[in-house]
Amino acid sequence: MRKALLFIPFGVFVVLGVLFYMQLGKDVHYMPSALVGKPLPEFQLVPLESSELVGHESLPKGPYLINFWATWCPSCSIEHEYLMALAAEGVPIVGIDYKDEADAAKQWLLDKGDPYAVVLQDEMGYFGVDMGVTGAPETFVVDSQGRVAYRHQGVVNEAVWQTLQGYMR
Amino acid sequence: MMFPEIGHFALILAMFFAAALGVLPLIGYRTRNGLLLSSAVPLTYVTTALIFLSFVALTLAFVQDDFSVQYVAQNSNTLLPIWYKVSAVWGGHEGSLLLWALILGGWASAVARKSHTLPELTAPVVLAILGIVATGFIAFIVYTSSPFVRLLPETPVDGADLNPLLQDFGLIVHPPTLYMGYVGFSVAFAFAIAALITGNLNSSWARWARPWTNVSWAFLTLGITLGSWWAYYELGWGGWWFWDPVENASLMPWLAGTALVHSLAVTEKRGVFKSWTVLLAIFTFSLSFLGTFLVRSGVLNSVHAFAADPTRGVFILALLVVIIGSSLLLYALRAGEVRSSVSFGITGREAWLLLNNILLTILTLTVLLGTLYPLIFDALGLGKISVGAPYFNAVFGPIALFLIVLMGIGPIAKWHKTKGALLVRHAIAPALLAVLLSAIVYFVGDFDGWVWASLAIALWLSLMCFVEWFSKVAGKNSSLWTRAKKLPRAYYGMQLAHIGVAVALIGVIFVSANSVEKMVRLAPGESVEVNGYEFTFEGIKHVEGPNYVADTGVITVRENGKLIDTMHPQKRLYTTTRQVMTEASLSPGFTRDLYVSLGESLDQGAWGVRIYVKSFVRWIWLGGLMMMAGGLLAAFDPRYRKKAEVAHA
Amino acid sequence: MHPVRKKRMITIGVILTLLGGAIGLVLYALSTNINLFYSPTQIHAGEAPTGVTLRAGGMVVEGSVQRNPQTLDVSFEVTDYAQKVRIEYQGILPDLFREGQGIVAQGRLNDAGVLIASEVLAKHDEEYMPPEISAALEASKQADAKAY
Repeated sequence: MRKALLFIPFGVFVVLGVLFYMQLGKDVHYMPSALVGKPLPEFQLVPLESSELVGHESLPKGPYLINFWATWCPSCSIEHEYLMALAAEGVPIVGIDYKDEADAAKQWLLDKGDPYAVVLQDEMGYFGVDMGVTGAPETFVVDSQGRVAYRHQGVVNEAVWQTLQGYMR
Repeated sequence: MMFPEIGHFALILAMFFAAALGVLPLIGYRTRNGLLLSSAVPLTYVTTALIFLSFVALTLAFVQDDFSVQYVAQNSNTLLPIWYKVSAVWGGHEGSLLLWALILGGWASAVARKSHTLPELTAPVVLAILGIVATGFIAFIVYTSSPFVRLLPETPVDGADLNPLLQDFGLIVHPPTLYMGYVGFSVAFAFAIAALITGNLNSSWARWARPWTNVSWAFLTLGITLGSWWAYYELGWGGWWFWDPVENASLMPWLAGTALVHSLAVTEKRGVFKSWTVLLAIFTFSLSFLGTFLVRSGVLNSVHAFAADPTRGVFILALLVVIIGSSLLLYALRAGEVRSSVSFGITGREAWLLLNNILLTILTLTVLLGTLYPLIFDALGLGKISVGAPYFNAVFGPIALFLIVLMGIGPIAKWHKTKGALLVRHAIAPALLAVLLSAIVYFVGDFDGWVWASLAIALWLSLMCFVEWFSKVAGKNSSLWTRAKKLPRAYYGMQLAHIGVAVALIGVIFVSANSVEKMVRLAPGESVEVNGYEFTFEGIKHVEGPNYVADTGVITVRENGKLIDTMHPQKRLYTTTRQVMTEASLSPGFTRDLYVSLGESLDQGAWGVRIYVKSFVRWIWLGGLMMMAGGLLAAFDPRYRKKAEVAHA
Repeated sequence: MHPVRKKRMITIGVILTLLGGAIGLVLYALSTNINLFYSPTQIHAGEAPTGVTLRAGGMVVEGSVQRNPQTLDVSFEVTDYAQKVRIEYQGILPDLFREGQGIVAQGRLNDAGVLIASEVLAKHDEEYMPPEISAALEASKQADAKAY
């Protein structure tokens, strides 16, 4: 009896450890997008390479990725290399140059390569607001029906792609 | 400019030496190999020296503005004043861990220096335990949080600057003292584990561990006091305690440590509660560790938390599991062998100290529960919640007050058995006097009922301390003074710490019951009256600091028409980080603080101004300092030195 | 009863009484003092109770901040990009409060669906980095990536 009691502290500790471990995996900042399952919002944006407003007609036939990026965002350069690899595999990516300057963005794509099917400028961040973007980088999956299927906040890498891929239908 | 590489290399070496320290003496203990056993002391010194070298290297990188080092670039700036460059070493995650390791080395070396007073087989085992803890911690730094990572070849021209909140005297001294306390409990922990390993669970380990525990406790007390003081003047809200997870993370080891200080006394003097004391030593150190984990892993969100990084969290969790898990397992397997040799009396001082331990443990658990509750709630998928100050006030307040009532009685009780009549005789007059005095304050000041009750408790504690001292020194044979001088230093340490609790409590009562807060809009030339003080907003001056620009408000304070102070609250804009910071202005006093901070600039030159008159707020920290001094006084009682040497002989 | 056993019973009794009291206190405090967090969408859908202290948060909508020039009354909207909630507050906002910044407000909802806040907390933006540092970081991360 007394011997068994001595194991109580150890038991409590194990339970707490499991709890912490479960909590560690979770992203406390994750906010599921209210847009999931809904059609992509309408927009009128200027592509990086021209000066006329375009809307949904500029987008590829789904499924594809929408990637919010900017030259001022350090994590974007980290994910850039992986986006290049995805583009080489033939994944269509729409780039939204978020709250950024066009010249800097052009230079960036010249230096690092251009993984995007099309790059649209969202200088004022209005499209970002419509999409519920809180920072860069963020990546959305749009399915073949033109609906937003998934939202990812932060860098896209191999592990994240495994998840995103599941929504590319 | 090779310092960062030297530092990095020294740290890796330190990790290997610490690992050797964690292994060799234990093998020596098993095989009774004298050579391996005697390696413990030199290995401790070498490890500490290497950590120190690494720390110096990082400090030099800061002093020389070596922005090729990422950690320096993130936490410093050429414009930063030199003393902040030095304190910026522990301004971020990586450096503060290095400080943790350095302090651990310092404590281990101090134990090594005193090792000749310990039994031949105990000292190496104690040092080995500290070596294992150090290995884990240094590995954590080297593998997940090295401060020596270089930014090459693209070295930034200038650094991002230290977080403005941390550019402050309070933050230079707060982390080192807090860590001295946290890490110091590792010594008591190591003694406890060594006692379990050697099976030498008689009361001698408690005697060795006591002074170490008292010193760590004193440092932790000072660290928490400084933290509270810093939050008070720097965060600009005028509060002195926020029940923030990071604050709770330091309060929990303090509560458990307070229990440990008392239970070690019982174990040493009476040889009872042996296995409980061992568990408490493990518990206290676990909470220090847990504090580090909670703050560093980002599991809990907090205003104070530094960077959040899950890989670091996993590493600390693994460390926690290995070190704490194996200690608790060892405890479960070995503690069954101890039997209390002496039984304790249900009316004796042991019983009162047991009550103290129960209540302190309950307090620790309620804080732990409140801190972890949002986590549990979220893990069960019940939603996101926050547990705020009302919970802690509602739970902590009554239990703590009950504990303080008992504090008045405990020291009067005699070991083993106390006659009820003796307690009543001593206690009756102070009790009546305390209730009466606080009733006067209650009626004169027109306060709530709880002020009456809690003030009576604070007064009761102070009076009982005095009565108890008087009962010891009063006598016919010799003068009061000669008897008073004969009482041991440890006794005065206890008294000082206990009165410190009463002083802090008085501060807490009045600051909550008698403070006035006003938020007003003031245009230049306008004034407002708060609690008898007339605050006049004279205008705004533009000021330039080394790394910030500021709007400084000029506010004159008059009492009965007489100018008593001119206050200069600031709104600073730190130019590198583009962060806005409110610097409150204080006019401190023994019975009240005047506290002014600037809000936002409104139109026509007017500003939102926050004005507080805080009653007795200094008493809270004064009480904290008295507790600290009491802890140190008790720790350096010459009695320990003598007994330790006898034990060796 | 045997004296040793009697003593043990008393000790256990005292421990259980104190523990029971503490648990009661904790349960009472938890039942009244925890604040659930609601998003603007949940508040809009009527999921949040009125007249109870709760927390709501989101991004401060640009251009929504209105001040009364004579007092310290301020009103603004927060959004989770799906719905918006108006928050009214009297007092001085934290240093980090800015349009487009994430904030959390604690207070009670009135019948009109407006949160009357007693406290406004701004989150520290840890992502922010000056351009020089981010450029350097990026270079080093790439160098690292190549090294592996």
